[in-house]
Amino acid sequence: MKKKILPRLSSLLCLSSAFLLAGCDWALFDPKGTVGVQEKSLILTSTYAMLLVVVPVIVLTLLFAWQYRQSNTSAEYLPKWSHSNKIEVVIWVVPSLIILFLAVLTYQTCHSLDPYRPLEEEANVKPIHVEVVALDWKWLFIYPDEGIATVNQVAFPVNTPVDFRITSDAVMNSFFIPQLGSQIYAMAGMQTQLHLVANTAGNYLGESANFSGRGFSDMRFRALAMSNDDYAAWVQKVKAASEQLDNSNYPKLAAPSEANPVEYFSHAEPGLFDQIVAKYNNGMVMDKSTGKMLHVQSAMSDMNMKE
Amino acid sequence: MLGKLSWSDIPIDVPILVGTFAGAAIAGLAVLGLITYYGKWGYLWKEWLTSVDHKRLGVMYIVLALVALFRGFADAIMMRSQLALAYAGNPGYLPPHHYDQIFSAHGTIMIFFMAMAFMTGLMNVIVPLQIGARDVAFPFLNSLSFWMTTISFVLINISLFIGEFSQCGWLAYPPLSEQQFSPGVGVDYYIWAVQLSGVGTLLTGVNFFTTIVKMRAPGMTFMKMPVFTWTIFCTSVLIMLSFPILTVALGLLGLDRYLGMHFFTNDGGGNQMLYLSVIWGWGHPEVYILVLPAFGAFSEITQTFSRKPLFGYNTMVYATCSIMVLSMLVWLHHFFTMGAGANVNAFFGIMTMIIAIPTGVKIFNWLFTMYKGRVEFHATMYWVIGFMITFTIGGMTGVMLAIPAADFVLHNSLFVIAHFHNVIIGGVYFGYVAAMNFWFPKAFGFKLNEAWGKRAFWLWFVGFYFAFMPLYVLGFEGMTRRMNHYDNPEWYPWLLVAEAGAVMIALGIVCQLTQLYVSIRDRNLAENRDLTGDPWNARTLEWSTSSPPPFYNFAVVPVVHDLDAFAHDKEAGIDTRAAGSNYQPIHMPKNTAAGFFVGMFSLILGFAAVWWIWWLAAVGLIGVIATVIARSSNNDVDYYVPASEVARIENEHTRNLLAAQAAE
Repeated sequence: MKKKILPRLSSLLCLSSAFLLAGCDWALFDPKGTVGVQEKSLILTSTYAMLLVVVPVIVLTLLFAWQYRQSNTSAEYLPKWSHSNKIEVVIWVVPSLIILFLAVLTYQTCHSLDPYRPLEEEANVKPIHVEVVALDWKWLFIYPDEGIATVNQVAFPVNTPVDFRITSDAVMNSFFIPQLGSQIYAMAGMQTQLHLVANTAGNYLGESANFSGRGFSDMRFRALAMSNDDYAAWVQKVKAASEQLDNSNYPKLAAPSEANPVEYFSHAEPGLFDQIVAKYNNGMVMDKSTGKMLHVQSAMSDMNMKE
Repeated sequence: MLGKLSWSDIPIDVPILVGTFAGAAIAGLAVLGLITYYGKWGYLWKEWLTSVDHKRLGVMYIVLALVALFRGFADAIMMRSQLALAYAGNPGYLPPHHYDQIFSAHGTIMIFFMAMAFMTGLMNVIVPLQIGARDVAFPFLNSLSFWMTTISFVLINISLFIGEFSQCGWLAYPPLSEQQFSPGVGVDYYIWAVQLSGVGTLLTGVNFFTTIVKMRAPGMTFMKMPVFTWTIFCTSVLIMLSFPILTVALGLLGLDRYLGMHFFTNDGGGNQMLYLSVIWGWGHPEVYILVLPAFGAFSEITQTFSRKPLFGYNTMVYATCSIMVLSMLVWLHHFFTMGAGANVNAFFGIMTMIIAIPTGVKIFNWLFTMYKGRVEFHATMYWVIGFMITFTIGGMTGVMLAIPAADFVLHNSLFVIAHFHNVIIGGVYFGYVAAMNFWFPKAFGFKLNEAWGKRAFWLWFVGFYFAFMPLYVLGFEGMTRRMNHYDNPEWYPWLLVAEAGAVMIALGIVCQLTQLYVSIRDRNLAENRDLTGDPWNARTLEWSTSSPPPFYNFAVVPVVHDLDAFAHDKEAGIDTRAAGSNYQPIHMPKNTAAGFFVGMFSLILGFAAVWWIWWLAAVGLIGVIATVIARSSNNDVDYYVPASEVARIENEHTRNLLAAQAAE
């Protein structure tokens, strides 16, 4: 028993320490933005705290099983012993203390890493606004300040907070750029918010984390974090595109398509995002800053909805 | 006439399904042929299919669970093989339409028909014996529960060959599962199968709650109840609290799909978030419904094979009860990423991690049960030790997921898949297999082969680590669940390792089947037979009667003096069986085919409703109602076993006992 289990255990421990130390090229352990960095550190801290009790439990399991094996008649045998106040206190208190520590950590990080909360670290930089629409099976990004839109590619300058407003014009998806941090659901008729920042320039994987049907596996996008100059050039490139996105050709874009290529639109219909939200809400959309419901004048509310 | 059903719904263009159908048809015909050849139809009908005996129903539940395991595992290894192939432009061999059905069926079958059926089987076999009762409180309902579960599993398997299954995952989140996005019959198969089996499960919960509250042997106060019975008690409470929630959730989804209502649709005032909240209101208690009985089994097994009483019985009971309460208060942790406020997320995160405290205490209790004991490394004990190591790791990753800010990057990734397989295989499945090895001689009168049991354990144990540790890594690498193909070179090697693990687990299942075959073949060898009824020198009442027990369980209802009643009696020299005493006539329920017929009519109802064949659905519904009325108007449902018959059976057992002692 011992001979078989111990090597396996040590390989297990190697693997788990590899999780925490050597795995630095794994997306979540190689974060490129403040949010991801804090989440990585949270995962590691909580793991170390729990290993304080997990490792002893595994070691004691093997130790006790071996020490008190039937054939070891030299070990003490207490056939009636089944209670000890001292042990009971320890086994309730130790896990409780660890959970107390984790509970405090949980409460703090729930607030500091709330996806709805603007990033404090970059408070002096004016954020970029991006409106995200999950479609069957692609991502539409609208830049309301620039009046442009893209599909399956989103770009932003480094060290600049990005404020995402997210909705869906199809089923539920989850908007996720693993190396930048948190994800949040995209749901029709609703707006969710996410605040991220990239501190290193790069080309990062973006994906849907919530299964959305046939074309789900190819519902990916690239998130490009670039210098301010490169970003300005990128915006110009999009603005030079021949396609425009308005109420007349939006339904064509929104129709289901798989493995959609990157698309640029030099012009995006103003208020398109609000219209998409409002068409599931009797023409109403909530202004997140005031909490008030506003009526959206929309050509879209007359359009045929899918159902 | 046939609703939506037409010839084009038979998938004869999918070779995998045609092959599966041919295989299933040949195997089915072979079984039917063998039964006919040996002339066993009458025996099967009278002694098993219409039985209300909890032991027989328990055995049939476990047979169902093993068949479901086979089906669910076939799905699993197909998924792993797809992901080992579908890399860098290779589409693999399963297009999304088929692959999405497979992962939806895998989850649905493994939870509702493997795990739930296995658990219900174990509680059926063990609980009445363990509390010194002669049957459950409602024997007919028990039979009905079994048939509702069975026909639901049949309905799911019909979807393989007629139409399609759901492609929306095992919980069928709307709006994807609404008519607008899933116009086929797949989701309807899912709804009807789960709803009908839910009826069975809810009745089981009511039945065992009543049985445990009302039918314990004299002297067995709550704090003298064996731990396994305690866990079934808590599980039954959770079933009664949570399964109605599931029924409502799927009922509302069904109204959306069938009557065009708007509970969860995108438009018309529907709210998909409501579905998540409701379905997880059932879904989270459900995992504790599954794991608590496994905890109970581990407790019984550890104390028996450590040759000393369970450490901290009271603590164990309090821990079980607190898990029961807390499990109803954590469901929101399944959707931290839906945009709830920081305080809401923090509340549910902290409630979730608090559950780790009583769970950790349980692990320590098993540890200290081994401490200063004489641990026998029986095959059953391998599963226990494998569980304690594996489950501890699964618990740790569960607490990681319970921290909302960590969940923001781990949610819906393969990390989550690794975590819940870590606790469901390492906790639930290891527990049920250990329980099957432990209680098998009680149900059948002979032991399971140990060598094959140990081989099965090692393959499952090592296979588990190979199959699921890579999934933790893949979660850290940002791979989300339910992907059909990918092009990330970093993911590929890990998915190959996981495939290797799945193959090892497949061999583990082969070893388990071999174990059953070898044990049945060698059942009459002296070292395998259990003549005493107490092969492990165990502590609780079920071991005081013969193996297999007579249909009335106990000739004389035992009187309980202490916790671990049988251990106490053995030490005090009390004859628990009261052999040779003046037997009294025993009141027993009669077998009935009503449960079988309600089940069959429900199958017709479910199938017809899936395909919108309304006249046939009406036939099914009327059949169900008529059978229930007929059964309710029948007063001839019980009988008395004469004292002389009891004496005859008991004397025979006494002779066996004496012969066994003489042979030693």
